[in-house]
Formats: sequence, structure tokens, C-alpha cells
Amino acid sequence: MSGFSFGTQLIYVLAASCFVLGLHLMNNPATARRGNQFSTAGMVIAVATTIALIVHAGVISTTGWLVMLVGALIGGSLGLFAARKVQMTAMPQLVSMFNAVGGGAAALVAIHDYITVAVIGVAESTTITTLLDVIIGSVTFSGSIIAAGKLQGLITSAPVTFPGARVVNLLLAAAAVAGGGYMISTPSLPALWVVIAASLVFGVAMVMPIGGADMPVVISLLNALTGTAVAMAGFVIGNWALIIAGALVGASGGILTKLMADAMNRSIGNIIVGGFGTGDTVAAALPGAGAGVRAIAADDAAIQLAYASKVIIVPGYGLAAAQAQHEVAELADELESHGVDVSYAIHPVAGRMPGHMNVLLAEANVPYPLLKEMDDVNPEFARTDVALVIGANDVTNPAARRAGTAISGMPILDVDQAKSIIVIKRSMGHGYAGIDNELYTNPKTSMYFADAKTALTELTSAVKTLVG
Amino acid sequence: MSTALLTDLVIFVLSLWVGFEVISKVPATLHTPLMSAANSIHGIVLVGAMLIAATTNSWVGYLIAFLAAVFASANVVGGYAVTGRMLKMFRKRPSAPAVPASAAAQDGHRP
Repeated sequence: MSGFSFGTQLIYVLAASCFVLGLHLMNNPATARRGNQFSTAGMVIAVATTIALIVHAGVISTTGWLVMLVGALIGGSLGLFAARKVQMTAMPQLVSMFNAVGGGAAALVAIHDYITVAVIGVAESTTITTLLDVIIGSVTFSGSIIAAGKLQGLITSAPVTFPGARVVNLLLAAAAVAGGGYMISTPSLPALWVVIAASLVFGVAMVMPIGGADMPVVISLLNALTGTAVAMAGFVIGNWALIIAGALVGASGGILTKLMADAMNRSIGNIIVGGFGTGDTVAAALPGAGAGVRAIAADDAAIQLAYASKVIIVPGYGLAAAQAQHEVAELADELESHGVDVSYAIHPVAGRMPGHMNVLLAEANVPYPLLKEMDDVNPEFARTDVALVIGANDVTNPAARRAGTAISGMPILDVDQAKSIIVIKRSMGHGYAGIDNELYTNPKTSMYFADAKTALTELTSAVKTLVG
Repeated sequence: MSTALLTDLVIFVLSLWVGFEVISKVPATLHTPLMSAANSIHGIVLVGAMLIAATTNSWVGYLIAFLAAVFASANVVGGYAVTGRMLKMFRKRPSAPAVPASAAAQDGHRP
């Protein structure tokens, strides 16, 4: 190893250390911004080092420079535009698209490497990782695009399955492995195309059967896969920065995947195989059609809220879908100004990605200490006058505590322990699990049938006239 | 198995453990920014894209390098920008609006 390449590897390790430090600073909202700056610095260092490396090697053609610069300009502006314009409710789609391009780029690195070595013979040490990079990268690429499409509503968010889907998946996996085996034993471009095609289709087939409410798990899993693909790309081109960064992302995605799956009491395998068999937009029954359900109007709900001393707000995907985060914060402000103690109970899988609700509420200026995690907030419900459930369903269903229901064993928010409960919901429609929510028939519960945004605006003005 | 591959494997495995250790302490409040930050970090694959562009000399190679450069730089730039944008919103206490009024109105912040 020459002195120069020794030096560059060391600088790459420095860049990787910045990533570790950056992630470490994410432990606390107060230091998280600094963490992102460290991480950005690491990336700048890595890219600058690579430019130095390329100049030093001196083999790059003018076309090479052009391709690199134009590509970076186009990609960079697209990324910046998306990052500036995206609404916080659409974060899951954007993250999914970043997974897609990251996985795609990683796959391309391996594809190029294979095409190059296939001409001159195979270097054994890299082919296994090359193969893994191609497979994982391609699966992530197509899978993430499908996930983004589902989140954006371009593809139905209901699980899409067909008879024999599992057989097809197995065949695709077999094709990828067989093609890969052949790729390693004999340098062969057709085998590479087979592997790429099988992996791309497998990615689609993997995500299509997964329903909307399982998205937090899927996005986390795809994130972990992207990281792994990037690490494999690092093996392929012998670059430590890629290996370390990829492993960090793989670990991060892995942890989130497990956290999300645990929060639904489902195994990752079970989620991948398919949803509960229903979509989360089940055709709704008529409002108030359920037996023993008490409907409530804005004025009565406002009275309950205004004269409470402690209110816990339980937001769910319905809040994000209605983009009502600003309205809920406004209601909370109004209540707080009249001395009501307001906090938020956040279930780990509320929304469409890990931490989705927290970002929405942060956007609406809600201070993060008011957002309580499930285990911390559950003991507080017994001391709560009003629990206000907005667009959350399965995560509040007491049926989870009993055996034998579709959601048995899933950790839930103990909303039913509150002295009274108000549920804002468009209809009596089922949640993702497709079962009745026993909370709604609880005698302490009143149902406020409306779109979250409308309901919250009406509630706020009702509270204002009442006590203002 | 070559020494280089073994070294790479050791680095990979140890980095995984470092990742598990560091990230398992991140609070649920920050899970979305964490994932977004992790997203921008895997944009490091840009280095790979650059090295392709530097070594290739066929049109297929240039095409692959171009696509990889577009993908990876969208990943890097977009990832860091959106993570920064998100983290800026996390506040401990409602403070005096840090953004100019016009930008605040545009972003839909409450006054």
C-alpha cells in the first residue's frame, strides 16, 4: 500500500467516525442538529478525499469528469428540491425514495464491477459480495419504489396478493440464487441479467402484499437492506468508508425494524407474508351504526375538554392523512392557556414510519417533551380526565389484552383507563386489523364523527367561545 | 480467503455492533430523523459512483456511472437537507419564531 492510498484510507476512517459521532448525537433532540452537521462534515470529507484520490491516480478521462459532475448536479438538485418541498406528512414516501436510489446506486457499483471483471476473469474474493450487492441492491430499489407508490397512494395501500404468490416468490429467489451461483463459477453477463431481473421482480413481489399500517416495519427493513447493500458495495470496491457507513445504516434499520415489529406483536416474517387480509381503508359502516355507540357534538366535547384538568391526545395515521397537525396543536394551545395540562401519547407504530407523529407535531411547534412514549404515558391515563383519540384505531383497542383476537398481545395505549374518552373519527370503519374497536362501545367513550381537521377546528372555536 | 476480505469482514462486523450500540439509545421522538440521517449516510455510495466514473472507459461504464452518480447524489444532498429541516423543528419550549414571518407563513407555521 503506497503512502498516498494509506493516507486516503485513514481519512475515510475519519469520515466514518464522523458518521458514528453524528448518529451518537441523535440520542437527544438537543444535540441532534449538531449530529447532522458532523455527519455532513464526514460526507464532505469522504467526497473530497475521493476527488483527491481520482486526481492522484490520473487515469480519469474528460468524459469521466463530465459524467460525474453532470450526474451529481442533476441528482443533487433533484434531492434538494424534494427535500425542500416535501410535506412532513409525506416524509415516509421521501425516505422510501432515498432508500430506492441508495440501493440502486449500490447495485450499480457491483454491476459495473462484475461487467469489468467478467471480461478479464473473476477475482474470487469479490464475487460473493458482488452478488449480494446486486441482489440486495436491486430488491431494495424496486421494493422501495413500490413502498413509496403505496404511501403516495399511486398504488393501493391494501395488501395485493394472488393465488400462488408464495410459489412465485420462491421461484424468483431460486432464479436469483441459481443465476448467482452460475455467475460466480463462470463469468457470464446473461447470468447477471437474470439475477438483476429476478431480484427486481422479487422486490416488487415482496412489498405488494404488505398493507398500509405495516409500512413502518417495511420502510425500516428496506432501510436496513439499503445499508447492507452499500456495505457490500464497499467490499466490492475495497473501501472502508462504504463498509462502515453501510453497516451503521444496516444496524439502524435493523433496530427500527425490530422495534416496530415488536410494537405490533408480529414477526417480520408474518408481515412480509402479508397483511391481515384487509386494507386500512375498509368501506365504512354508517356513522353511529354500531350498537351502544354514543355520538357527541362539538359543543359537548368542548365542554369536557375545557373543564378537564388533564388531557392526553392520542394521534394516529388519521391525523396525518387529514394533515391536521397544526389544528391539533392549536386546540392544545387553547386548552393550555386555560390551565389544562395537555400531553400527547405516541404509539411506536402510529403513522406510516417510525416517529412519524413526532415529526408532524414538531412541525406544528409542539415542544417535544410533551410527546410521551407508550410505556411512560400508560400509567398516566388513570389520572387523565379526557383522552382525545384522533385517527388512531387498533393501537387503542382493549381487545389486544385478550387472547384470540387479530391483535392479541399487541402493546396498546391504555386509553380506556381515562375517566372519559373522546374519539374523533370519520366513521365506524375498522382499522387495519379489520376488527371492531371495543373502545368505541365503552360507556365512557363519546364518538365525534368528522374529518380530523374539521373536527379540531370546530373544537377549538367551541372551546374559545366557551371559556374565552 | 484473502487478508483484504478478512479485514473488510472484521470492519463490517465491528461496525454493525457499534451501530447497534449507538442507535439503540435513540429516543422514539427522533426515529424519523434517525432514519433520514441513516439515509443520508448511505449516500456514501456516491464515492463508489465517482470511482466508477474515474476508472471506466466504455459507454456502458459511463452510463452506469452517470446513473449511480444521479442516484447517490440525490440521496446525499436530499437526505442531509431534509434531516436538517426536520431537526430544526424540534423544540423544547415554544420559542420566539426563529424563521422570518414570510417563511413561517409559507411553511404553514402557526404565528
